[in-house]
Amino acid sequence: MNKKDLLLEIGLEEMPARFVTNSMNQLSDKVCSWLTEMKISFEEIIAYSSPRRLAVLVKGVSTAQEDINEEAKGPAKKIALTEDGQWSKAAIGFSRGQGASVEDIFFKEINGVEYAHVNKFIKGQETAVLLPELQQIITSLTFPKNMKWADQDLRFVRPIKWLMALFGNEVIPFAITNVQTSNWTRGHRFLGEEIELNHPADYEKSLLAQYVITNPQVRKDAIRSQLEKIEEENGWVIPVDEDLLEEVNNLVEYPTALYGQFEEEFLDLPEEVLITSMKEHQRYFPVKSNDGKLLPYFVTVRNGGHENLEKVAKGNEKVLRARLADAAFFYKEDQKTDINVSLAKLKSIVYHEEIGTLAEKVDRVRELVNKLSDELSFSEEDKAVADRAAEISKFDLVTHMVYEFPELQGFMGEKYALQKGEKEAVALAVNEHYMPRNAEDKTPSGITGAVLAIAEKMDTIVSSFAIGIIPSGSQDPYALRRQATGIIQTLLAKNWNIKLENLIALALDAVQNAKIGKKTKEELLQELISFFKLRIKYLLQEKAVRYDLIDAVLGGEIGSVPSLVKRAEVLESNKNAEGFKESIEALSRVINISSKAEEKGEVDSSLFENEFEKALFNKYLSVNEELGKEVSEEAAFTLLISMKPEIDQYFEHTMVMADNQAIRTNRLNQMALLAELIMQFANMNEIIVK
Amino acid sequence: MNIQNMILTLQKHWSGHGCILMQAYDVEKGAGTMSPYTFLRAIGPEPWNVAYVEPSRRPADGRYGENPNRLYQHHQFQVIMKPSPDNIQDLYLDSLKALGINPLEHDIRFVEDNWENPSLGCAGLGWEVWLDGMEITQFTYFQQVGGLECKPVSVEITYGIERLASYIQDKEDVFDLEWTDGFTVRDIFLQPEFEHSKYTFETSDPEMLFNLFNIYEKEAHRQMDEGLVHPAYDYVLKCSHTFNLLDARGAISVTERTGYIARCRNLARKVAKTFYEEREKLGFPILKAKEEGTHE
Repeated sequence: MNKKDLLLEIGLEEMPARFVTNSMNQLSDKVCSWLTEMKISFEEIIAYSSPRRLAVLVKGVSTAQEDINEEAKGPAKKIALTEDGQWSKAAIGFSRGQGASVEDIFFKEINGVEYAHVNKFIKGQETAVLLPELQQIITSLTFPKNMKWADQDLRFVRPIKWLMALFGNEVIPFAITNVQTSNWTRGHRFLGEEIELNHPADYEKSLLAQYVITNPQVRKDAIRSQLEKIEEENGWVIPVDEDLLEEVNNLVEYPTALYGQFEEEFLDLPEEVLITSMKEHQRYFPVKSNDGKLLPYFVTVRNGGHENLEKVAKGNEKVLRARLADAAFFYKEDQKTDINVSLAKLKSIVYHEEIGTLAEKVDRVRELVNKLSDELSFSEEDKAVADRAAEISKFDLVTHMVYEFPELQGFMGEKYALQKGEKEAVALAVNEHYMPRNAEDKTPSGITGAVLAIAEKMDTIVSSFAIGIIPSGSQDPYALRRQATGIIQTLLAKNWNIKLENLIALALDAVQNAKIGKKTKEELLQELISFFKLRIKYLLQEKAVRYDLIDAVLGGEIGSVPSLVKRAEVLESNKNAEGFKESIEALSRVINISSKAEEKGEVDSSLFENEFEKALFNKYLSVNEELGKEVSEEAAFTLLISMKPEIDQYFEHTMVMADNQAIRTNRLNQMALLAELIMQFANMNEIIVK
Repeated sequence: MNIQNMILTLQKHWSGHGCILMQAYDVEKGAGTMSPYTFLRAIGPEPWNVAYVEPSRRPADGRYGENPNRLYQHHQFQVIMKPSPDNIQDLYLDSLKALGINPLEHDIRFVEDNWENPSLGCAGLGWEVWLDGMEITQFTYFQQVGGLECKPVSVEITYGIERLASYIQDKEDVFDLEWTDGFTVRDIFLQPEFEHSKYTFETSDPEMLFNLFNIYEKEAHRQMDEGLVHPAYDYVLKCSHTFNLLDARGAISVTERTGYIARCRNLARKVAKTFYEEREKLGFPILKAKEEGTHE
């Protein structure tokens, strides 16, 4: 079989660095599955990428599809043959349709019925004829963000500048937008030239000569070893942030690492400020000494060679100096400002037109923090810390540094608070109250930070709901979902058994006292509870709890979040246990029949007609007493299902819906009492038992 | 090269590539994009190639003339080409060469930057162009203007004049930049920088500004109802600048910003839609003129 190499390169205006690797893999996966689907064999597939190109080289591609030998199934024998044993019209038509004649027909039994068959042979097509379909592979690539350009209709990651498509030494002809394929590619934007390629296998080598390292791994290794060399030569440590390295790698076609310096006086700035300035804004690698101290140097990776490195370094130093000078100015100005002055400014900052000022928000949060500190029985000292932290929690929002670097909110608050003589715990809480800052972030480490984080987030959520800002679909501009999840995670991390309904209600009271929004308390409470239930549902789904078990624990009130989660976990871990099905059925039966009870009433044991009623009632009393003590969720579950024998016996011998009304009511009252106990654990009725 | 010569060089370069040279538009604005020569003309099918210098006011960046890198008002050199030419990156790099920047001696990179101006309902994809780590240009393919999809797509190139000059002239302090022989930025702009900063942060009257915002907004809607796009748009620009002043004064919180931005955006959307309709009524005259020209 003949083989040739296949090369496809999409030349682009600079792609966003963060898309390059995924797009490259996507192209190579798509080419690979297309070849497989088309039954075109190949030996090896190699993917390449740089900011300006996505490419794939496939080695040893067969010049033709595989031939196909298959049996084609036709009509049943009794239809294929006429009564006198001649070929019917149906048989003749079938064989002709398969490009054969009736002589080729043979019979084969399928499920006891004989059918006419012919052997069908499909000659594989020439690969070269099929390859223009690569056009659709390219246009079917998807990117997180697409654009249009000029008057083209195609949406793509960036404008396509050239297309190189070679099979052996032949150009595969197709066009996308106004770009036609050819065997030409372009080298480095400034160092290289346009070149013609006649052999796909020369791709990597030929472009290297034009100052493009097309293999991203080779390029990354080159950067890494250049960084190591700089480390060695200067006795530095350059901590390599892999995300930054990946980004930098996709910003250059021909990397050369170089370093520059900045004035030592800038080292007086908080390390995070320096690192944010270097990494986030300039994509520089910060430099440290052997003992982990930040040094007044930075490393940048240039897209080019070793020429004029000093000039490039000088330019970069100038940029960083300007950024750091800005930061230093802000830092100095901020230090001059007293916390009380900043707090006074919060009074004139409208948090939201319908919600009020930031100062008012802070007041509500502080009140809530104090109530929660009481409920959680904090020590007097912790109470004082939480109160002060709440009071100053937002002062850094009016500092220059946070205005300039919003990502440093809280962090600067901690720094400045310490400098201004606040207690360490207070400063820490100011910082941590923003946690978790994103889906990957941790919850606050300290209890005061945690209580403040919960109160602040709850106030944001409740006040937003009050004025009708409710997340729906992809609309959640204030990230209320993330904040609700943050509250839940924090309650879990601290194992705080506050009733979530109470927490919501406390925040709601404050919001309503401030006359925010027009909705009634009842209406809001219901909306908020369903909102939180949905967040808990997602959390339990992530923990891989079965959906019906989730519905069961969320079937009643939320109560304590840690307990709810543990109850779900108990059900999940017991769901395959022996007797689980039967126990749940028994408990469900109680819940079911209890729904017929009209109103809650006392159980009168004098109305019992049989011993089983009495036995169940006694069992109930003892289980209820046990559950009243502090028992684990696992133990609670065991207690509940221990009632199974009594419940079964009861139903076997007792007709709840008795004709005598007094007896019937008494029995329903007993069922209701029992159901209430069970529902505190979960609505067992939601559990699917087969 | 002094700033005056830089501007002359860029004007010569882009007029050589078919751009109409325009003068700055006379209403306060935060960026060259907000000039009607960009915002309105990027809408609709008519071709449009222009270049102009736009003084841009950023109240929050005011530093009393004391900061070597920040200005209340800086200058942008703005280029708009619709449809975006295929060789636009090369045209741009040639303009840097014309300014004496040899790409081989520097590190020039196109770093992703998706530009968005929520208060005008504009969004685009493109890059910031880095010269040895300094952002010297914003390079954007408009995707949406005033909430309308762009077809064809315009490319916008915005040079930060002072940034670029500080590099070319190798000056640390923006006020030391030479504007023309014998005149520095300090000579021309220091006093207004100080006064505008003081006004922005200390003496402006937020209550009056909130009132003005409401008045301007109302007037914009009223003129739009009359079908007068350009007067209406002037008032949208005034709303936007007033918002910027309030924002810099610290009178608007992060959350509340959203509301004000939405109000500006609604106006801008309405203007954009009306502008399109008015051009359509006129039969998109520039498009027609161009098509007739090429057919002859």
